[in-house]
Amino acid sequence: MVLVALVAEGETLPRPGREALSLARTLVDGGAPGPVVAAVTGPGAVQAGGEAFALGADRVLAVPGREATADRKLLVDDLLAAWEQAGGQEGLILCPGDEAGRELAPRLAFRLGAGVASEVVRVRWEGGRVLAERPAYGGKAVATVALPGPVGVVQVKDRAFEAASPEPGRTGQVEELPAAAGPERLRVVEEVREEAGGVPLEEAPVVVAGGRGLGGPEPFQEELAELARLLGGAVGASLAAVDAGWVPPALQVGQTGKSVAPELYLAVGISGASQHLAGITGAKHVVAINKDREAPIFRRAELGVVGDWREIVPALIDAVRALRS
Amino acid sequence: MHVVVCIKQILDPEIPPREFQVDPQTKRAVRGRASLVISPFDLNALEVAVQLKERAGGRVTVVSLGGEETPEALRRALAMGADEAVWIRDGALEATDASGTARCLAAAIAKLDEPDLVLFGRQAGDWDQGLVGPMVAEALGWPLVTNVFQTRGENSPLELLQQAEGGYRVVAATLPAAATITNHEANVARLPKVREIMLANRKPITQWSLGDLGLAADEVAPRVVVEALAVPVPEGHCTFIEGETAQEKAQNLARALRELKVI
Repeated sequence: MVLVALVAEGETLPRPGREALSLARTLVDGGAPGPVVAAVTGPGAVQAGGEAFALGADRVLAVPGREATADRKLLVDDLLAAWEQAGGQEGLILCPGDEAGRELAPRLAFRLGAGVASEVVRVRWEGGRVLAERPAYGGKAVATVALPGPVGVVQVKDRAFEAASPEPGRTGQVEELPAAAGPERLRVVEEVREEAGGVPLEEAPVVVAGGRGLGGPEPFQEELAELARLLGGAVGASLAAVDAGWVPPALQVGQTGKSVAPELYLAVGISGASQHLAGITGAKHVVAINKDREAPIFRRAELGVVGDWREIVPALIDAVRALRS
Repeated sequence: MHVVVCIKQILDPEIPPREFQVDPQTKRAVRGRASLVISPFDLNALEVAVQLKERAGGRVTVVSLGGEETPEALRRALAMGADEAVWIRDGALEATDASGTARCLAAAIAKLDEPDLVLFGRQAGDWDQGLVGPMVAEALGWPLVTNVFQTRGENSPLELLQQAEGGYRVVAATLPAAATITNHEANVARLPKVREIMLANRKPITQWSLGDLGLAADEVAPRVVVEALAVPVPEGHCTFIEGETAQEKAQNLARALRELKVI
């Protein structure tokens, strides 16, 4: 069995969950023992669970009646009940690359005495066992780990696997389970929004990112923001720019920041440290503007411009406008 | 308020890629000339703990599981304002993984004097796994708040400020609870003064073995096997856009982007 552990706040399955489901389907189609079971808890469990069939699930177990909660200990209890219901002897549990998945994977593994691999970018079913690849040492190394026990838990990195499109003909009956009981010890008392809207960084088709080379906060709000607006994209940043206090941490792309997978990633004044590159493994086209021809970013980039961003970026804005008119 | 901070001593993550090497036999990073440091997010966790102590009173205990150089990291934490330290030290832990580490930390926390809050860095700066904090919370049966950067209040329920998409949320936690800490301008680690470093040398470091924690060696056996650890080869297929002037380069770049159908 490959069980995908999902939390649905709303009535649809979020993208990271769909990515994990698609991976489960691929593994089982490739020889890993099935079936693909979707275990869904959270306020939208039944409705979102219904979508899981079309996305590759053979069986869907949903826990209705679980209200939104910050206490994920309760979600673990729900998901373990689903695991038991589905057989619960051996198999693989997949968790998505979102905040919930990152907490649930180690909790589930610990409870089951299972091995766990987090932030996994590649999974193979080979010789009757699971092999998972993940970056380590800030992207300076790649580790391949095996989970030898009867149960293994893999939490996939956001954007590392593609979410399949739904197959309209695939449907089924959602099986319902009662929500686990227990005190709720965490309560959200306030939500504070700090940034204005615009295209969310993770979903943007174009990301214009700046690094240490920009020298201060202004270029992020001016030149980079203008270019991003022109290209219908969002502004991102490297760890160095965040550490310098030029942009909020929400804009950070990299191993300890966000994973992005845009059509175009334009890196401006970013040297390309391994930990930064770990956040753009899914980017389709990487283009770099940097004054140092030897900068590591050019080893990842498909197109490069060596030069001063202060001249190149405004000229690029003009050139894009001219091309379009 | 008794706050426990779990820290890990790691190979300096700032070591440049050209100096970074792995030993394919042991499947570990080669230390080389790199120094050992406290994992960066653990420093943020220490800062959050010390700020809480300064506001609400109480004390801070720092716990680390590690090899012979661990006291150096513990001394640093004591100089930052922790009151006492626990070093979990046992030859049988050499090959353990996140689950074994979590079992030891949970046993140590249970043995300490009724902690109210246990803090972890959100992930260690070497393997970036982010597993130990949630596992310890699971072992203790405690709630966990992830990606916290600051605390408010003095008692239970304690308010934990959690980073969220586009801002932050305030989570009121009934204690005891655990939290993983992320970096933020509010929790940049303080630099201890010389006097504090001197005083830290007089603070106690308790050593506990597996036996002291009531654990057997097979309970900390790894559940995960590292099959390979390799340094990826850079791809290197960059086409440089040329031009006499910045304008010409920018125009050539814009045309190339159009050919890629991304603009």
